[in-house]
Amino acid sequence: MEALLAFVIGLLTACGVYLALRGRTFPVVLGLTFISYAVNLFLFSMGRLSIGQPPVISVSANAYADPVPQALVLTAIVIGFAMTAFVIVLALKARADLGNDHVDGQN
Amino acid sequence: MNHLVIAPLLLPLLVGIVLILTQRMDIRLHRLLSVVAVLAQIGLALLLTRVVSGGDILVYNLGNWSGPFGIVLVADGLAVWMLLITALLALFALLYACQGGDVNGRHFHALFQLQLLGLNGAFLTGDLFNLFVFFEVLLLASYGLILHGGGRARVRAGLHYVVLNLAGSALFLIAVGTLYGVFGTLNMADLALKVAATPEQDLGLAKAAGLLLFAVFALKAALLPLYLWLPAAYAHTSAPVAALFAIMTKVGVYSIIRVYSLIFGADAGPAANLIEPWLLPLAMMTLLVGMLGALAATGLRQQAAYLVVASVGSLLTAFGLNNPEGIAAALYYLPHSTFAAAALFLLTDVMANRRGEVGDRFEPAPAIAHAPLLGGLFFVAVLLTIGLPPLSGFIGKFLLLRASMEHVAVVWVMAIVLSGGLMGMIAMARSGSLLFFRTLPLGGAARPVAPAVVPVLVPVVGLLMLGIAMTLFAGPIHLYVSAIAEQLLRPDLYIYAVLGEHL
Repeated sequence: MEALLAFVIGLLTACGVYLALRGRTFPVVLGLTFISYAVNLFLFSMGRLSIGQPPVISVSANAYADPVPQALVLTAIVIGFAMTAFVIVLALKARADLGNDHVDGQN
Repeated sequence: MNHLVIAPLLLPLLVGIVLILTQRMDIRLHRLLSVVAVLAQIGLALLLTRVVSGGDILVYNLGNWSGPFGIVLVADGLAVWMLLITALLALFALLYACQGGDVNGRHFHALFQLQLLGLNGAFLTGDLFNLFVFFEVLLLASYGLILHGGGRARVRAGLHYVVLNLAGSALFLIAVGTLYGVFGTLNMADLALKVAATPEQDLGLAKAAGLLLFAVFALKAALLPLYLWLPAAYAHTSAPVAALFAIMTKVGVYSIIRVYSLIFGADAGPAANLIEPWLLPLAMMTLLVGMLGALAATGLRQQAAYLVVASVGSLLTAFGLNNPEGIAAALYYLPHSTFAAAALFLLTDVMANRRGEVGDRFEPAPAIAHAPLLGGLFFVAVLLTIGLPPLSGFIGKFLLLRASMEHVAVVWVMAIVLSGGLMGMIAMARSGSLLFFRTLPLGGAARPVAPAVVPVLVPVVGLLMLGIAMTLFAGPIHLYVSAIAEQLLRPDLYIYAVLGEHL
């Protein structure tokens, strides 16, 4: 499971970096979104991967899932969501103001 | 627990919300509310200064969950010093915006207060993830502010700024995640303890996370090679926003000082002095590149923006010396360079508004109205910015050079700081003589009607007076920042204040 998750995070990051380096705003926004997915998965996995473990202390549990990364990743998702929404609006505004969708405003 | 610590967060948050809810009200009411809120923040910062000036460290446990389990706010000497600088700068930037710049777009005052919330939070928080959250708060507000007023160049520069900072935020999260994965905590005091006891097999990961964090803070601080976003963003935004953003690079500097004196400082065992080999060379190169940019600039705004880059270089050179005198010099230079850069941005706008089509570009134009007065102020602002005697910039540079005397790189520091100063002087002398002396005859055209000069100059003069006050009271201020530097070099005090009952 660890290898699969690491592979997925790496693939998402690679796609994200490639797209973020493109010259048009739409691929850049997509790339940033991919990177933020990769980061969220990475943060989540920092509590170590476990299946079916309780996050809250109980008498019967013999192992726990770490709840802190889940809280962190929730915060990161919300912030990333807001940022993506903002950057999409900004890209649309740049498209309208500059007349094209190049990140430097040229054709 | 002293509730004063959280007041600098609650005040701008509440005022910001009220400003959004009452957006249909008269703009004059908004201006009044905003100015009163900033004045109150200055008052709060002064109160906190009085409380912590004896060397106390105030800790505020949010929700009464004590660290390292809950999130803590920590008001130590450095945090309160930054709060005071921010509030003073904000007052003058806001006064300038109230001259009419705030009605060019919506929600200026609300964004301004939320920006202050993010800044104050970043300075006060004692938790690394919380630092990320406050970074996002201040960035989101800054995205709105940097685009305030709109226009092609502003939108293009704003897009670059936003995309770069989003990438920076992703790196920040990776670094924070790695630190949590290795140490299982994000409380800075607790991290400091755990980093000092890093087991051998985790050392590589811990160092990688620490250096990644440095890259993020270097991006915020505009340290070479991550400074390229700054000149365009600052040169194209509106003047009061550029003036307020003089503190934005200092948030990066603050984070570097905080994290690399507390968590990866001299006491950090195997990861001690993590960034020492990187910081000083990068900072000195930033100083040089900033001054070169100032020499090559095609407009006064761009020149002022490059001088901000150079000032970050000087600041981090002083901190990079890694001795108490160097840190004290950095803490003296920090407010000075913030106020001087803000004054220069505001003054540039005042002059550009009087040069018609040419604006702030370095092209000959008819003589500007109120030239003697503006020229005099420009002269003072330049003396402050490039650090010529007798004003506070000189004192800051002198402290920096004196601190470097015992350092192995003393020759490099001397050569680069002094030649940087010379380059700055040449650049500013050229732009000053072009703006005020190489004027074109008016010809047939009537001189454009100059806007009233007194109200727009009040904030400029205020900022310059702060610089002059820093010169006059250099002795007491230096004593105060030396005490802060001593406190920074004793991370055990910070750790004990936060974790006292759990140690």
